[in-house]
Amino acid sequence: MKANSSLERKLSFKEQFIKEIPMHIMLIPAVILTLIYSYGPMVGIVMAFQDFQPYLGFSKSSWVGLDNFKYIFNLPDFGQILYNTFLISVWKVILGLIVPLVLALLLNEVRKVLFSRVIQTSVFLPYFLSWAVLGGVIFELFSLNGPINSILGFFHIDPIMFMGSNGWFRSIIIGSDVWKGMGYNMIIFLAAIVGINPSLYEAAEVDGANRWKQTIHITLPGMLPMIILLTTLSIGGILNAGFDQILILYNPTVYQGADVIDTFVYRLGLFDQQYSAAAAIGLFKSVISLGLVGLSYYLAYKFTDYRIF
Amino acid sequence: MFYKKTRGQKIFDVTNMCFLIFVTLLGVLPFVHLLAVSLSSNSAAVAGEVFFLPVDFTTASYQFLAENSDFFISLWITVKRVVLGTIINLFLVIITAYPLSRKNKEFRFRTIYVWFFAITMFFGGGLIPTYMVVKETGLLDTIWALILPGALNVFYMVMLLNFFRNIPKDLDEAAIIDGAGHWTLLFKIYLPISLPAIATILLFIVVGHWNSWFDGILYMNSPENYPLQSYLSTLITSINVQAISVEDLSKLQEMGSKTLRTAQIFMGILPVLLVYPFLQKYFIKGITIGSVKE
Repeated sequence: MKANSSLERKLSFKEQFIKEIPMHIMLIPAVILTLIYSYGPMVGIVMAFQDFQPYLGFSKSSWVGLDNFKYIFNLPDFGQILYNTFLISVWKVILGLIVPLVLALLLNEVRKVLFSRVIQTSVFLPYFLSWAVLGGVIFELFSLNGPINSILGFFHIDPIMFMGSNGWFRSIIIGSDVWKGMGYNMIIFLAAIVGINPSLYEAAEVDGANRWKQTIHITLPGMLPMIILLTTLSIGGILNAGFDQILILYNPTVYQGADVIDTFVYRLGLFDQQYSAAAAIGLFKSVISLGLVGLSYYLAYKFTDYRIF
Repeated sequence: MFYKKTRGQKIFDVTNMCFLIFVTLLGVLPFVHLLAVSLSSNSAAVAGEVFFLPVDFTTASYQFLAENSDFFISLWITVKRVVLGTIINLFLVIITAYPLSRKNKEFRFRTIYVWFFAITMFFGGGLIPTYMVVKETGLLDTIWALILPGALNVFYMVMLLNFFRNIPKDLDEAAIIDGAGHWTLLFKIYLPISLPAIATILLFIVVGHWNSWFDGILYMNSPENYPLQSYLSTLITSINVQAISVEDLSKLQEMGSKTLRTAQIFMGILPVLLVYPFLQKYFIKGITIGSVKE
């Protein structure tokens, strides 16, 4: 009893701090690196409000207020770029959820373990490869004399310039992203199916429900929290239409249909050296994304009680 | 479960199997095709005669690759990057997750630190300012430019932090009574218990380093410093970027660039293909640890 009370004696601020020192030490390296490489660049945001000249630096470049923002909003391409970003991501979100969901439901009907595992392994494979090499694979498949065009030729369809036409290119971007990610989401959905109480199915069977009715009335409602969670979380990334992927696949002929905010910032900043304009677009995107992330985490918490911390 | 299948169900089962086999092929065939092209003669490859079996089988591309040092130099850079980067990332994730997993009562600054890190998950300075910071800190053209800016992955840190939190409190009370400090507690008690979670994070970090290519392009001024995936990406986006010797050039013309390119891409995929089947079940476990909550 005595020992217990001395253990729980209220420590003074200083005593408690001394006890916490090892934990502060553990955090030091991460704090320093985060300060330099995450918070450091945030200082660079000021150049969105400056006419930034690299040889003058932040302190001497002149302040221009919101002129950079006016400039970018008036760029002739800006509307098109927002539209592309939005269109590409919304399709990626919708198909990126529906395709794996359908696959998971179909795979769940397969009772042969080995077969099911082979499918999972092969569908999951592209997820592990970078866009650098997948880009190579896609170029190979869709090139003018690649296998896709050869198959089309078999049906007497003239070869299509997939990578050089705005309409096709966007479909390829969306399709290949769904292809790359479907294994990952399928596994998450399968895990959600496994988590459904088996006695529900037994009860349904006694009541005479067939597999189709069981799927509609038990499996899908059971997966609903996971579906809502993944949907709401993906709202936060809606302005990230896939920088890596588009950068490696596109070329000047499809800028019109495939340029998204991130790739545009990259070209504007690093090639045209319009640092201030690029930073302004970057800031515009970050602020909207931050709002969307906040919204999506709030919705996820409200609907599914999901919290990251 | 042992009810008799109706005719409708049998039809469904067969159709379902066929469809899933089709999806399986979608995952695998593109890579089979790539391999077939790399093992074909260039004329057949360019004419589009190759599907899933090599036409005019030849290993010339791979022989050329074995003699050409560029590929292996960039491979070596990637290996260095993966080893160094993984050690640093994993160490930082572990020592950062531990204090932040303690209760507010035990570590009163916890909330401040958590927000300090969490903000970086949602808000960043953007591409150009980050580039300038990396440049100012003198990392350009060094391997550290690929490692330090992303050295702490906050997302994995949060994953591990949540795992640490579920460790029974009795364990560390017992250890504290035996005189263990926080370092001992972390390395002798928490780490051994968390091995499954740490193995998962380790795998994700390794694959992340192996696969990233854009930072290599961005931060390396000279192509000799490109890690493998960046090197491969230059092959894909533009066909003749590197200056190659006249002798090599004539050999290359004989052999043609298409098969060589596919051979290099395939070599870039190969290591992942080889280890993937063994690691896949850990990934599946990791994804479900990280995402599914009751």
